[in-house]
Amino acid sequence: MTLDPAYLQYPKRQRGMDHGHYPYSRFDTRPPVHWPEGKSVAIWPVISLEWFPILPDDEPFRAPGHMQTAYPDYRHYTAREYGTRVGLYRLLDAFEAVGAKVSVATNSAIAERYPEIVEAIIAAGHEIIAHSTDMNGTIASGLPEDDERALIAQSLDTLERVSGSRPRGWLSIARSQSFNTAKLLAEAGLEYMCDWVNDELPYRFATEAGEIINIPLNHELSDRQIVNVQQQSADSYVQQMQDAYGWLAGEAADHGGRMLPMHLTPYIMGLPYRMDVFEGLLRWLADQPGAWFARGDAILDSWSAQQ
Amino acid sequence: MREGEADPGLYDFKAWRGRPKLTWPDGKTCAVWVAPNLEFYELDPPANPHRKSWPKPHPDVVGYSHRDHANRVSHWRMADAMSKHGFPGSVSLSVALCDHIPEVVEDANARGWEFFSHGIYNTRYSYGMDEAQERAIIEDSIATVKRATGQTIRGWLAPALTHTPRTLDLIAEYGLDYTCDLYHDDQPTDVKVASGQLTAIPYSLEVNDHYGFFIYNMSPREYADTLIRQFERLAAEGEDSGTVMCIPLHSYLIGQPHRIGPFEEVLKHIAADGRAWIARAGEIVDSYRGQVDG
Repeated sequence: MTLDPAYLQYPKRQRGMDHGHYPYSRFDTRPPVHWPEGKSVAIWPVISLEWFPILPDDEPFRAPGHMQTAYPDYRHYTAREYGTRVGLYRLLDAFEAVGAKVSVATNSAIAERYPEIVEAIIAAGHEIIAHSTDMNGTIASGLPEDDERALIAQSLDTLERVSGSRPRGWLSIARSQSFNTAKLLAEAGLEYMCDWVNDELPYRFATEAGEIINIPLNHELSDRQIVNVQQQSADSYVQQMQDAYGWLAGEAADHGGRMLPMHLTPYIMGLPYRMDVFEGLLRWLADQPGAWFARGDAILDSWSAQQ
Repeated sequence: MREGEADPGLYDFKAWRGRPKLTWPDGKTCAVWVAPNLEFYELDPPANPHRKSWPKPHPDVVGYSHRDHANRVSHWRMADAMSKHGFPGSVSLSVALCDHIPEVVEDANARGWEFFSHGIYNTRYSYGMDEAQERAIIEDSIATVKRATGQTIRGWLAPALTHTPRTLDLIAEYGLDYTCDLYHDDQPTDVKVASGQLTAIPYSLEVNDHYGFFIYNMSPREYADTLIRQFERLAAEGEDSGTVMCIPLHSYLIGQPHRIGPFEEVLKHIAADGRAWIARAGEIVDSYRGQVDG
């Protein structure tokens, strides 16, 4: 069978990107970014706080970490709940021990079900990032636009009601978007999203409803990718984060501020046998002279003020 | 190839033992070439009936933006590390990158890197193409790279490794000298083609960074150690007859902040060893042909 002649036509083969969301921008020759107090590397911890209904929804897709066995999947339902009941508090204590403020990407169902968690997060000075409704709230093309708009509104309204302030940032489940998502996020008044992983500093992302900033949350430097997907040890995770920090601190000396995202999942990193080395990593990072532990909104504000 | 036959008839069998001695310049035992894939992936490419472009419905945000990291961030990191330690690249190029992001192509050209074609986009596959269509992408590749860099491409790595039974004959007919699509040896090999002359240069899937990180799930340091072991073995065996080691890279993988440091140690190790002939693909093919064609 011969391919349709259109397969060899390239209507978007042009200077720049094949879409209108952002222009090409070379990273290493941009004007340097300066973080507060002359720090060189912004370390951005993001904890994903998720509630998995025991009845999984496959539309538009089943979230990573969701139920796997025939109903009722006690195994995965409770193991995810372990992260929320136990692992999260270990992580919060670990960050408190080094004086770090972090972002917590929170399903709004967590706020509804466990408002005391949100209270503890806010009281500790951390930031809530909106992270959909629950782990059935996945987004991809095929989700009707009105449904997606309603999902975003439900997440933001609930988190605002429970936490007392409206989230400024958004993280989609699995960073998965439809062609409408960025526009709907901007339309909902969100200032930044964390889904696109094509850069290592914030950048402007154009939509039909105006601009939103994308702060790239590196999916490779996550406990999910390194420990769950690639099946490496927590010790290896720590080594990789230290190697990343070392490289970025070296670049910062010549090129200006750098950013090290640290994406964590309570039911992965918050296990007893992983916590000691993770706490060791936090202490090591806190000891680096150039390290600035920062919430996403603090990175956004610092970066925006320099643009 | 012999289309439809159980043995595609790509080359003659030749045992690893007892081969005539290949020698590389200055008595080096292992020719080392680095093959960065400089690519452009489309956000919303048309469907090929034989292979999906993206595993998820478009837009596959993580898949697309991970690869876009290459052109914005990690190419520059990887290329600087290579230049610092004296490694030129032989580029597997999505030729549409010349149109979209000429900055990257011009940078590679200025560093003295060689280009070969990896198709138009890495989201357009050769499966299902008729002969005229396949000729069109070869002619497009030759013309686009010539226009953008002044170089005449000498090699081919099929876009996303998608072939047709006529690809090798066609690229030889157009005067290309080497293919990177055959993985049967650690030395260059003559490929049987209908006309012209075609050499298979050892590329590698096994030590490709994509395989290292996503097939074998190696940590950055494990991958670096793998490359050093690969080199040590090939450099030792090359005392008997010169070997080839390729390091195929994707900057959006190797240029991530947790990987580039360990990788730079590999480049330092190989450059300091003394047994490596650090070369471009075309130079290796020329040296090989000069020894076997005589």
